Amino acid sequence: MPETSFVFPNDPHVPWSIMIVLYPYITGLVAGAFVVSALYHVFHQEVLKPVASLALVTALCFCAFATLPLLLHLHHPERAFYIMFMPSFTSAMSGFGFIYNFYILLLLVEVWLVFRPTIVERASTHSGISGVIYRVLALGVREISDRSRALDQWLIRALAIIGIPAACVLHGYVGFLFGAVKANPWWSTALMPVIFLVSAIVSGIAALILLYLFFSWRRGVKPDADCVRSLSRYLWGSLIVAFSLEMLELIHMAYESSAEWHVLSTLLTEHLAFSYGVVQVLIGSVVPFFLLMIATRPKLPPWMMNALSGLAGILLLVQVFAMRWNVVVGGQIFSKSFRGFVEFPLHWGGREGLVAAGIILVLPLVALWGASKLLPLWQTSES
Amino acid sequence: MSEKNDHSNCQCNDSNCAGEVDEVELRRQFLHKISTITMGTMTLALFPATAGDGSDGETAGGADLAGGNPADKESRPVYGFLVDTEKCIGAGKCLTACRVENNVPEGNYRTWVERYIHFKDGTVQVDLVPEEGFAGSNMPKVDPESVDRSYFVPKLCNHCEDAPCNQVCPVPASYKSPEGFELIDTDQCVGCSYCVQACPYGVRFINHDTGAADKCTWCYHRVMRDEQPACVEACPVGARLFGRVDDPESEISKRIAKIPTQVLKEHLGTGPKVRYVGISEEVT
Repeated sequence: MPETSFVFPNDPHVPWSIMIVLYPYITGLVAGAFVVSALYHVFHQEVLKPVASLALVTALCFCAFATLPLLLHLHHPERAFYIMFMPSFTSAMSGFGFIYNFYILLLLVEVWLVFRPTIVERASTHSGISGVIYRVLALGVREISDRSRALDQWLIRALAIIGIPAACVLHGYVGFLFGAVKANPWWSTALMPVIFLVSAIVSGIAALILLYLFFSWRRGVKPDADCVRSLSRYLWGSLIVAFSLEMLELIHMAYESSAEWHVLSTLLTEHLAFSYGVVQVLIGSVVPFFLLMIATRPKLPPWMMNALSGLAGILLLVQVFAMRWNVVVGGQIFSKSFRGFVEFPLHWGGREGLVAAGIILVLPLVALWGASKLLPLWQTSES
Repeated sequence: MSEKNDHSNCQCNDSNCAGEVDEVELRRQFLHKISTITMGTMTLALFPATAGDGSDGETAGGADLAGGNPADKESRPVYGFLVDTEKCIGAGKCLTACRVENNVPEGNYRTWVERYIHFKDGTVQVDLVPEEGFAGSNMPKVDPESVDRSYFVPKLCNHCEDAPCNQVCPVPASYKSPEGFELIDTDQCVGCSYCVQACPYGVRFINHDTGAADKCTWCYHRVMRDEQPACVEACPVGARLFGRVDDPESEISKRIAKIPTQVLKEHLGTGPKVRYVGISEEVT
């Protein structure tokens, strides 16, 4: 039956800002980067050795800033710790503090163990401020015998194994937060955690390819062709799975045509036509699919493979951001009256503005740059 | 590789080996301390969760929960709300009464009234009734000849049996009072807005004066003083009826027993406690 527009009067106040787009994007990068490090540490994908340490440190750097968008979003950030000290366990969100703290602790310990030999060595050889930093980082443990290193390796592998389900929980949980909201037909699907998780892996691998190419260029060395090719293959595979799931979900909604489909179809064709149809699907998924199909051909010259993989990496980082955008924004711009749409507010300034969002995205990269100065990301202790 | 194997395979001289054993022991202790701290933090977190579930007389906006003794649970009154759309004239008195009574900020609504117009061509038009009321307002005019039927639908919190807003609240800020009212402890609310997302009826909002979630309480503070909710008291035609549904002699119980009523978005299984008379399936 044709209907005129009407929105519930509280709905124009869109509750979740761009900060809630950033949060799953950043934790996705964490989970994805960690998966790459686990492929090396747990599944012995030796070809990924050149990026194994970079992956781990990248995961840590992004994880360190994952809570920042949440703190900026909360109306009472001073009460943020209530979620840990007084959790209401009926809420999926109450698990956040425990999951996040467990994960960042795991990352910190694993990074420390991986770089411990270098830290210990430099604690003895370096003087001045850098010497003090390394001595602090050594945590008073200066032993690097073969036997202690063997124990380190055992712990690194154990943490990497624990870290895989932990990464899945960290990011699957984010998808669950959306997927379990039955009031919202755009979010409410059991596929949501899976889609979030697989697209997280896409973004993590894409970011690592770009970071590896960038750091190689800065260092004036050629990237390891086998490593880039392998990363590109993993990226291609993850993209295929992620895109298939996203399309499966969409086709399922359309085929089922439940009572709310009329508002969802309008959402897709009018309000998200560009960010979903053009950015997420066409430029962000279809184009990288073909780029990676070519890039992963064995006989392709390395420079061309690097160029194609790098371009695909950029497009996929945009795609995953668009996916988060379309979920978070798309789920809020139709009224729960299912009769009308509201505007998503975007501002440059303010606590939840675009400038703050940009700074949050840059901060992990600054931290990574600092880490690259402090730790030998390219000559790991295992080498 | 296990530590036991490490020792058996040790090929170094005694003094070095002793140093390594100490080293291993030190690190083991370090890891043990970390796990102890982690478990301790989790245990610490569990206790307040059981202590602050809101059923112990937490307050909503400072109002004291009268009769909060859990022993009285079985004898506690059960309240319900009936909205009769066949009576509502869109006067808007309830809207003003609510805003004044509860100090609701401009632009937010604890309650509102929708006007539904079903046209003869099958289309449906829905508008928001302003606070000054339908009469004399600037609401869109329609040709009476084209109208099949029309009615006003007051909206407010449904105080659901299985309230999704309550379920998703990550801290004990959203809670159910012993009398079954869904309330918010503004001193606990972190302002994450998850409850706003979870409410299917759009009745929750963030109050920017308090930075906390806000919504209709069915005027809990008045009910505890044996008064009617402000909107019920202000309604000139008795379209809003509030009372005890566990008392068969109450007016609301008699009305519910006599006429068919509906709830909103029943398929979601939230158990809404506001019942409506005279609405069609188009009302969401």
